[in-house]
Amino acid sequence: MLLSESISTNFFSLAPWLVFAPVLGLLVNVIFGGWFLKRAWGETAVGTVASLASGAAFVVSALLAWSVYASGGHGESVFLAQWMHIGDPSTGSGQALILDWTFRVDSLSTTMMLVVSGVGTLIHIYAIGYMHEDVRFKKDEKRYQRFFVFLNLFIAAMMILVSGDSYLMLFVGWEGVGLCSFLLIGFWYDMDTLGRSSWANSNAAKKAFITNRIGDLGFLIAGFLMFWAFKSFDFDTVFTAAESASPELIVLITLFMLVGVAGKSAQIPLYVWLPDAMAGPTPVSALIHAATMVTAGVYLISRSAPLYTLVPEAQYVVAMTGAATALFAATIAVGQYDIKKVLAYSTISQLGFMVAAVGMGAFVAGMFHLVTHAFFKALLFLSAGSVILGLERGHHHLAHHGHGTPKSPDFGHAGAKSDARSQETLDSGHPEEVFDPGDMRNMGGLRKTMPVTFWLYLIGTLALAGIFPFAGFWSKDEILADAFREGYTGVYWLLTIAAFFTAFYMGRQIWMVFFGEPRHEAAAHAEESKPVITVPLMVLAFLSIVGGALNLPGLHTFTEWLEHTIEVHAGEFVMSVALISTALALAAIVISWLIYGRNPLKAGQPDPLKKPLGLLFTGMENKWFVDEGYKAVFLDNYVRISKFLADVIDWRFWHDWFHEKVIAGAYNWLSNVALNEYADQKGIDAFANGLGEWTKEVSASLRRIQNGFVRSYALSVLLGVVLILGYLLLK
Amino acid sequence: MDFFLEPLTLVTFFPLVGVLVLLLLPSGNKNLLRWTALITSLATFGISLWVLSLFNASNPDLQLAARYPWIAVAGWNIEYHLAVDGLSILLVLLTTFLTPISILSTWTAVEERVKDFMLFFTLLEVGMLGVFMAQDLFLFYIFWEFTLVPMYFLIGIWGGPRRIYAAIKFFLYTMAGSILMLLAILWLGIQQGSFSVPELIALGGIPADIQLWLFIAFAAAFAIKVPMWPLHSWLPDAHVEAPTAGSVILAGVLLKMGTYGFIRFNLPLFPEAAIQAAPWMALLAVIGIIYGAAVSYAQGDAKKLVAYSSVSHLGFVMLGLFAMNPQGIQGGILQMINHGLSTGALFLLVGMIYEQTHTRDLKVYGGLWKITPVFGTLMLIVALSSMGLPGLNGFVGEFTILLGAWGAGSGVLGSVLFAGFAAAGVIMAAVYILYMFQKMFLGPEGSIVEEVKKHGHALRDLNAREIITLVPLLVFIFWIGLYPQPFFNLIAPSVDKLVAILQAAMH
Repeated sequence: MLLSESISTNFFSLAPWLVFAPVLGLLVNVIFGGWFLKRAWGETAVGTVASLASGAAFVVSALLAWSVYASGGHGESVFLAQWMHIGDPSTGSGQALILDWTFRVDSLSTTMMLVVSGVGTLIHIYAIGYMHEDVRFKKDEKRYQRFFVFLNLFIAAMMILVSGDSYLMLFVGWEGVGLCSFLLIGFWYDMDTLGRSSWANSNAAKKAFITNRIGDLGFLIAGFLMFWAFKSFDFDTVFTAAESASPELIVLITLFMLVGVAGKSAQIPLYVWLPDAMAGPTPVSALIHAATMVTAGVYLISRSAPLYTLVPEAQYVVAMTGAATALFAATIAVGQYDIKKVLAYSTISQLGFMVAAVGMGAFVAGMFHLVTHAFFKALLFLSAGSVILGLERGHHHLAHHGHGTPKSPDFGHAGAKSDARSQETLDSGHPEEVFDPGDMRNMGGLRKTMPVTFWLYLIGTLALAGIFPFAGFWSKDEILADAFREGYTGVYWLLTIAAFFTAFYMGRQIWMVFFGEPRHEAAAHAEESKPVITVPLMVLAFLSIVGGALNLPGLHTFTEWLEHTIEVHAGEFVMSVALISTALALAAIVISWLIYGRNPLKAGQPDPLKKPLGLLFTGMENKWFVDEGYKAVFLDNYVRISKFLADVIDWRFWHDWFHEKVIAGAYNWLSNVALNEYADQKGIDAFANGLGEWTKEVSASLRRIQNGFVRSYALSVLLGVVLILGYLLLK
Repeated sequence: MDFFLEPLTLVTFFPLVGVLVLLLLPSGNKNLLRWTALITSLATFGISLWVLSLFNASNPDLQLAARYPWIAVAGWNIEYHLAVDGLSILLVLLTTFLTPISILSTWTAVEERVKDFMLFFTLLEVGMLGVFMAQDLFLFYIFWEFTLVPMYFLIGIWGGPRRIYAAIKFFLYTMAGSILMLLAILWLGIQQGSFSVPELIALGGIPADIQLWLFIAFAAAFAIKVPMWPLHSWLPDAHVEAPTAGSVILAGVLLKMGTYGFIRFNLPLFPEAAIQAAPWMALLAVIGIIYGAAVSYAQGDAKKLVAYSSVSHLGFVMLGLFAMNPQGIQGGILQMINHGLSTGALFLLVGMIYEQTHTRDLKVYGGLWKITPVFGTLMLIVALSSMGLPGLNGFVGEFTILLGAWGAGSGVLGSVLFAGFAAAGVIMAAVYILYMFQKMFLGPEGSIVEEVKKHGHALRDLNAREIITLVPLLVFIFWIGLYPQPFFNLIAPSVDKLVAILQAAMH
């Protein structure tokens, strides 16, 4: 094929393969995975199939992006099949529901596709190595296959989410990724995060699903409002019609949609599921709960830009929700000890940055930060996974090389342990103390034993902290600059303080994990990970360094790319903003060094901030007791009301008392007492008694039913029918 | 012979051929009896597919009619009149589809008096098919009452420990409602001079105040059958005590007779009254959705949990029907099918584990996914379908119902709050269904695993027969979820016709 021909070719029609490719991959693994795993090369085969499927989706994404670019930035809608057509459009009643499986390929959706499948594929590859070890530490090697099936399913669902041409198709992916999240958080469904037999992981999974469903209710209601106002779910139709709609209606739609965003993108007040979601294997935390799924809400708002920009009041609410979440979650991250929990709260906080950005109408800044965050947060999570594996290897090494059971020093802050761990139901089979490879208090000095991981982690940290010239610097700065210029002063300051905390808790983490002396024997014997794990990390590290080049001030590459889809204003670089945030980030790192780096934590020593901050630190440590509050107010009451309705109202009152006592009792009373005493008429008497007798008789006859009785009944029915039909026939 | 070869007569009464054969077979040869019943039901399913091929989906009217004068005394014109249209065709297919599946599920579950069991089951199919096809009120009533008898025996003979109580309650409760309907039928037949449903609809002209009484009388019979809150008290008893196959048919088909009654009779026969009653019916439906879901969550018995979930699910159907717009009614009809598929499958799955463990107490379960992976995966898919996950069938029905109900908020229902609260029921569905899935399949290994081992055998995964029983249901769970259009196409014209009748009554 000539070059000119291939350029004129577009690949839009490939869009359905975004979904088909991963579905194909998962089907292969469902059908042949078990057979593969009986072979020595089985795990590699399963992992390779899944990675290829995800990789194919990446190739399709790239081709689609190219097609968008080649056609001058204009997207296309690719029809696949009818979905739901209800009502007759020709009658003009204006009520017809027309929904199709149609893919939307434009610069915004292809951006998401590239992130999802690109980061997704890297994480698939990483997981080949990670899960190989994880299933062995957890002693269930058969579950390897299931992991990659779920991971492929996630890619498929996420692709539906980002490529749907209507709000409803987006919603299919939206709930689909929620399902995958449930399945993968509960991947080790029979244990807690430490591998002990427990309900903890499955509780975390359920919590995620149900919290998300609460958000989805908001999404659905937004959809209903939208449909009955605009008679459509299609993006373009809705956006066009919205321009002439009443602002009150748009405010309602956008705010109900925000409820959905709060669920999926873990914003106040529905963020509580995300920290618990860390129960999932680390690749899941990186892919679903950091890089892609949780950013769906940001995508949704960007996609709905034409709606949000119509109503500044709603935009303000969105921006404040994001900014408040950014700061609130950042404070909690400071008080966490679990390496993944810190990153989880950091993710909530960073999602807050993005939501604030798109709320202010800075869609490019929000999407830009979404992309760079996908790189560096995936990097951080996967590096954290590498650290955890390193510690588990060290622990394993000790247990198997005659060192006996490694002792873990007593830290004396059992109260600060996470939910999942406080619900421990200690299995009698594991009397010895359980080692927690994710607890930063068990770490220390890892830069010597795990040097590659250390450097990777450091790059991720600098990017997240927003240090020049790493990717996070550019994207975060664009958000801050937009807030500053657009006059969102409150948002600006909330985010700036959150950025300070970000640098601080990441600094704390670096000092605690990689510097000082090992606080546990397992950390002293930690081993570096294999290339299958570290190479994907290097790719992500590279992207975390150079990712800012996507939208450098003055060049605005990314802005111009998105401009084709959503109305944008080019973000301008504000030197004072950049200087303030850089100064604050550097200051935070220095302070973290003063507290955690200069005098490294000793084994058993409490957090140095605990004493000076007192109650404040207790609040951060315990996540401001939000989970406890929700439990007391919502969960416990729901259980109580259900039980009351079921046991008292439905059973004791309605079933036993009303039906048995009142209805049946009145009937008996009528037949036995009333009619006997007051109506001295033999006829009625006999009738009433007869009825009562009849009920008794039916039951009695049932008890001593004979075969003959049943048969004669069947025979008589048959005869009756034959007679009637015969009569009709012969008449 | 032509009479018997009319497609609808043939499909309705074909099971009687099986009854005849079953009567002649010796009761000792259980497998022969099972195969006879299965083949009969499969043949009936085949005939129903033939009916489907003859069915013209673009015709909104009753089709394939078999119509003969039957009883003509004292000026009464009672007819033998079977016909199908878009409102009933899917329910006929659901009946013929679920019957062989249910029979297959009894293969090892029913060992006692197999002959009688199969006889009743086959007879039951005749009654159910007749209900969905009868277009004469008198004939309808006969089929309606006729279904009670075999079900009464199925629960009363092959049921659980409190089967007698449950069977009698089921029988009396349903009878009580039916008597009111019988009175209304007689009134219509005498006053309007016809028992024929299409004729009565064409005739119209019943004064509004009388319509209301007639509406209530019919609704009494149907609302008990659905069952609508607060008339659901017979349901948990009947479901918990019924044998698995009985529960499948009870939830899958018999409850649909109630919802079907509303669209076939209440809406077109008494449109003014139906419009007047719509907000009240919607209110009961929404209470049922919320109440059923909350009560379901508090159950410790898996089967009872599923039983109460039916109260919630059928509430959605009722809400859709009384939204009185194409979205609501089409969604309602499709959701009848969906509920038959997913709740039927849930009962089958619960029955399959019960067969091995002899307990449904959720407390003793846990961690079964590891031991029985296929079982767990199928249960998960069915549970997700039941809680309305997009991409599976339940979502298509629930979504269109809610959409219709929301739209009716500015019309016949008068408030979007009905749809709003019903939508909250979707969250609650996730709560109870995930709770059940978690308690059985996730978490640490339950005590039942050891308990079963004590009896000398380990818990096993589903066998081939059990998987074959479930796979057809799963096919439709995915098909309707991903590509529901063929199903909507079947019901759309008749629903549009019904909506036109209702809209004419609104003005």
